Amino acid sequence: MSNTYDPVEVTPLHADEVGRAQADALAAIAAANDLEDLKKARLAHAGDRSPIALANREIGALPPAARAEAGKRIGTARKAIGEALAARQAELEAERDARVLVEETVDVSLPWDRAPRGARHPLTTLQERIADAFVAMGYEVAEGPELEGEWFNFDALNIAPDHPARSDHDTFFVESTESGKVLRTQTSPVQIRALLSRPLPVYVVSPGKTFRTDELDATHTPVFHQVEGLAIDKGLTMAHLKGTLDRFAEVMFGEGIRTRFRPNYFPFTEPSAEMDLLCFVCRGSSAVPGNPACRTCKSEGWIEWGGCGMVNPRVLIACGVDPSVYSGFAFGMGIERTLMFRHNAEDMRDMVEGDVRFTLPFGMEV
Amino acid sequence: MKVPLSWLREYVDLPAVTAHEVADKLTAAGLKLESITAYGHEIKNVVVGRVLAIEELAGFKKPIRHCRVEVGEAAPREIVCGAVNFVEGDVVPVALPGAVLPGGFEIASRKTYGRLSDGMICSEAELGIAESSPGILLLPQDTPIGADVVELLGLRDDVLELEITPDRGYALSIRGVAREAATAFGVPFRDPGAVEPPAVAGESWPASIADPTACDRFVLRSVSGFDPAAESPLWMRLRLVRAGMRPVSLAVDVTNYIMLELGQPLHAFDRSRLSGGIVVRRARAGETLETLDHVVRKLHEDDILITDDSGPISMAGTMGGLHTEISAASSDIVIEAAHFSATGIARESRRHNLVSEASKRFERGVDRELPLIASWRAVQLLVELGGATAEPGVTHAQVEAAPITITIPAGHPGRVAGLPYTRETVVRRLEQVGCTVADGGVAGVRGGQGVAATGVVSSGDLADKLAVQGDDLITVTPPSWRPDLTDPNDLAEEVIRLEGYEHLPSVLPAAPAGAGLTEGQRRRRRVGRALAAAGYVEVLSYPFIGERDLDGLQLPEGDARRRVSRLVNPLSEDEPFMRTTLLPGLLKTLVRNVGRGSGDVALFEIGLVYRPDADAPAAAPVLAVDRRPTPEELAEIEKALPRQPQRVAVVLAGEFERSGWWGAGRQASWADAVEAARTLARAAGVELGVNADQHEPWHPGRCAVLTVTDAATGETVTVGHAGELHPRVIEAYGLPPRTAAMELELSALALPDPVQTPTVSAYPVATQDVALTVPANTPVAEVEAALRAGAGDLLEGIRLFDVYTGEQVGEGNKSLAYSLRFRAPDRTLTAEETTAARDAAVALAAERTGAQLRGA
Repeated sequence: MSNTYDPVEVTPLHADEVGRAQADALAAIAAANDLEDLKKARLAHAGDRSPIALANREIGALPPAARAEAGKRIGTARKAIGEALAARQAELEAERDARVLVEETVDVSLPWDRAPRGARHPLTTLQERIADAFVAMGYEVAEGPELEGEWFNFDALNIAPDHPARSDHDTFFVESTESGKVLRTQTSPVQIRALLSRPLPVYVVSPGKTFRTDELDATHTPVFHQVEGLAIDKGLTMAHLKGTLDRFAEVMFGEGIRTRFRPNYFPFTEPSAEMDLLCFVCRGSSAVPGNPACRTCKSEGWIEWGGCGMVNPRVLIACGVDPSVYSGFAFGMGIERTLMFRHNAEDMRDMVEGDVRFTLPFGMEV
Repeated sequence: MKVPLSWLREYVDLPAVTAHEVADKLTAAGLKLESITAYGHEIKNVVVGRVLAIEELAGFKKPIRHCRVEVGEAAPREIVCGAVNFVEGDVVPVALPGAVLPGGFEIASRKTYGRLSDGMICSEAELGIAESSPGILLLPQDTPIGADVVELLGLRDDVLELEITPDRGYALSIRGVAREAATAFGVPFRDPGAVEPPAVAGESWPASIADPTACDRFVLRSVSGFDPAAESPLWMRLRLVRAGMRPVSLAVDVTNYIMLELGQPLHAFDRSRLSGGIVVRRARAGETLETLDHVVRKLHEDDILITDDSGPISMAGTMGGLHTEISAASSDIVIEAAHFSATGIARESRRHNLVSEASKRFERGVDRELPLIASWRAVQLLVELGGATAEPGVTHAQVEAAPITITIPAGHPGRVAGLPYTRETVVRRLEQVGCTVADGGVAGVRGGQGVAATGVVSSGDLADKLAVQGDDLITVTPPSWRPDLTDPNDLAEEVIRLEGYEHLPSVLPAAPAGAGLTEGQRRRRRVGRALAAAGYVEVLSYPFIGERDLDGLQLPEGDARRRVSRLVNPLSEDEPFMRTTLLPGLLKTLVRNVGRGSGDVALFEIGLVYRPDADAPAAAPVLAVDRRPTPEELAEIEKALPRQPQRVAVVLAGEFERSGWWGAGRQASWADAVEAARTLARAAGVELGVNADQHEPWHPGRCAVLTVTDAATGETVTVGHAGELHPRVIEAYGLPPRTAAMELELSALALPDPVQTPTVSAYPVATQDVALTVPANTPVAEVEAALRAGAGDLLEGIRLFDVYTGEQVGEGNKSLAYSLRFRAPDRTLTAEETTAARDAAVALAAERTGAQLRGA
């Protein structure tokens, strides 16, 4: 290219030529029926070798005075072509989207259950939930063996050698009735182990498996689960026991749900109480004659939940804790029973048989 | 304990409240309501009548009578009756037309046997008094005609059935329940036991106590000339039935009636069958006794017996002997009222599997002061109702027993409750229980010798440890009917329960900050969640197994899993062992699921197994309870217990990935079982070694041993196995083909150290693929380990993407295609560096496993 060309000779920069190139471009753009056509039109009319691009190159050959006008002319044309391209591009893309993406539509309601589904057992997750409620209050989770020494399971808990629970009508004995070895009948031996192994004060909760020689039926199982709690500290009273269980009831069943105590007897606590839970469904209203019946509490207003009491000083003595300095409370409840009323489970056999249809709906948490 | 309310009201002036209100108060005091049964409320229009005339109707299959009965109306009623035990002039209950009998049975005028029957003459059964009755109920001649039978006989009543806790033996009597009811309602109590039998001289029958640990009071009284034909009065039979006892004969009914009323079991002997003086003693080796249920019982040397010159005549407090039993001819009767050892009777009852109304009461503790009173009451009733004559004299053998006294600060009950009670309240409540309360004393428990009531006697040392020190002491002597009150806290409970548990404040104690869950507890949760997320369903199977389970697993003789703890009293004789492996329970659960139509099933369980040591001592010592055991004593117990590690296992069968519209699924296999182990190991934060092994119950060619290696010591420990089960196991358990399983000892995994943060390089990755030919039996794990070691630090990842066997690699070989990813932390790797690292990897694989680079 040369600077010495006469501008008159630079034909491509004539207004007519530029106008024609622009008109050709706009026509080609308008005529493009798909994105592929448009791509060709872009190349032909806006590409490096398009008439308008070639014309643009000639601007440098013009005398300086003429350059501005020619530049403006070319610029206007390029802008018009660019806008037309963009507009047509948008149109054609919209058309394509409307067509192609519709063609690619699938049925998203198809199942995709290729991977197996699993679940944790509700008795496991319920024990964890209960333990967590106490961990939040500062308790720790204590554990112990299931095949246990008789001393831990009975004697240390002030259960006398002739207590009916110690007969083979209730307790599984291991090897011989004189072996001093039993399957623990309660998780209370863990309390003894905690008192023997932990520094005072002790606040522990112990969920676990327990055993009694009941035949399996809808409301009994020889292998069952309990959660027990133990708090030993200076100055603990029955009021503290009540406060702890009321708090627990609220955590598990919601605000306003509380407990009620009735006198009872357990060798390892004195005083002892039976603990009832205000029905979390009817909140006691079903017990009032005339009100709708409640299936959860059988219209009694309260649900029997567990036992509790002040740790018998004899138990403390057997663990070497001085009852004149320390006192405390203990409580326990059955997990199967809790599952029954909290989740409307009607038959304990379902909990032991391992039918996946029972367990799957419980998922990962209860 | 069944308590007819009418009987209770005899000793307590209960206000006009419903049976439910009485029950609620008793429940709040610790006598828990089981049920309320209402009797006779529906009966109406039954009146007293006199039979004026009887006409026997002939021509029917059974005797039928047409009677005219005077019922206090203008004219007699005509009634047809099928019973024959009455004569003209007898006084009988008559249900008039419109009457309702128990069960809602309505009476109407009707035509029957060709005559009008304008009502019904009733039997005891028809009035709900007895289960069955042979004939019409005959009433005394002086009964007012026309009177309402329900009112007259007291048929209308409510019976409370109360659950009595084992510490409250006194409440196994109307007397005991009445005392609680009086306290609960704040009304006076008339104690049926507060009678003074007249002092009499001389013995009624010679008797002595030979074993003072068996019995500390033994009382005999005697009557003569008792009419064996005398019947128990209706009121007594009615009360016995309502209280749950079957009327037998007057003599027996009297002893039962007084037992229910006062709580003192009595026994009646036929005096003519006694030979010589009675001795209360323990049994001797070889002695037997035929009890009144006609069973000849072999006696145990600990059994407490009533004996005479002939040998044993009664098992004390449990069941009498047949020979000396009251018969239909007995006219001379000796009544026994005694106070036996509670533990002695408990053991005797359990040893012989004999639970009687008497043993239930003795086991829970009977009032030591009752024998003289109860025996006297029995004699009175036998005289009054059976025409007997009281013999002079009373036998009273006894062992001196000092009453227990408990000295506590008056503020103790309030300090246990967390609710202060005034001293006046504490004293008043204890007195309502029957205690004597005196000011002052020395803190502690004193006395209480004699026959142990509860089996736990305060030793001197223990009593000192139980003593509650403090100011303002009171000395409490519990009443004779409360042998359960021995400790300071027993007194606290009495005060708190009578003041009402419902008044206890609710105060949340401030526990010290805890450390949360332990690492082991967190790990168990993670493992459970990981397996559930991987598609396994948790089961909690019973830990009981049997020989068949172990045989089914094809465990060889001497396998450690055959060393089991055995239950003495298993639920099923087929499963007397405690599990040593989780697999039997899981496999049986899998079979159950398949049987119920869930053929694609993957299960897991986390639980303890029980692994006794071969050289463990046979017995765990039962230690003392009056002090903390020594570490050595506790170690003795631990040594006798089996090791109880926590294990985790999975079993799976059917499709593990389901078939569907997307195509075929994938059958569960050995590989899933191994992967389950890897999944849980990742959750547990450990790396598992996986190598071929042969171990029952797995398929010998499809079994992996799972190991962990201690990074510090380099020591490798076997923690479990995984793979496909042996076909014989599949057959023995009835499992689907190719069932796979994994079991691993969670307790054997070290708890993970905190994870170290990796360096994440920002430089590009360089990938190199290699295909290696190795002998077909070369474990892939070894090839991979060699590649890793050879590639060095630049290796970021390695992935086996193809395994090929076929002609191209030659018979007996396989081709492994790996993708190796290289990356440096500080630079972009050059092609030369990458290739050099790859070549080093291949070279080491070649050296260790003989791998040949394909195409090389």
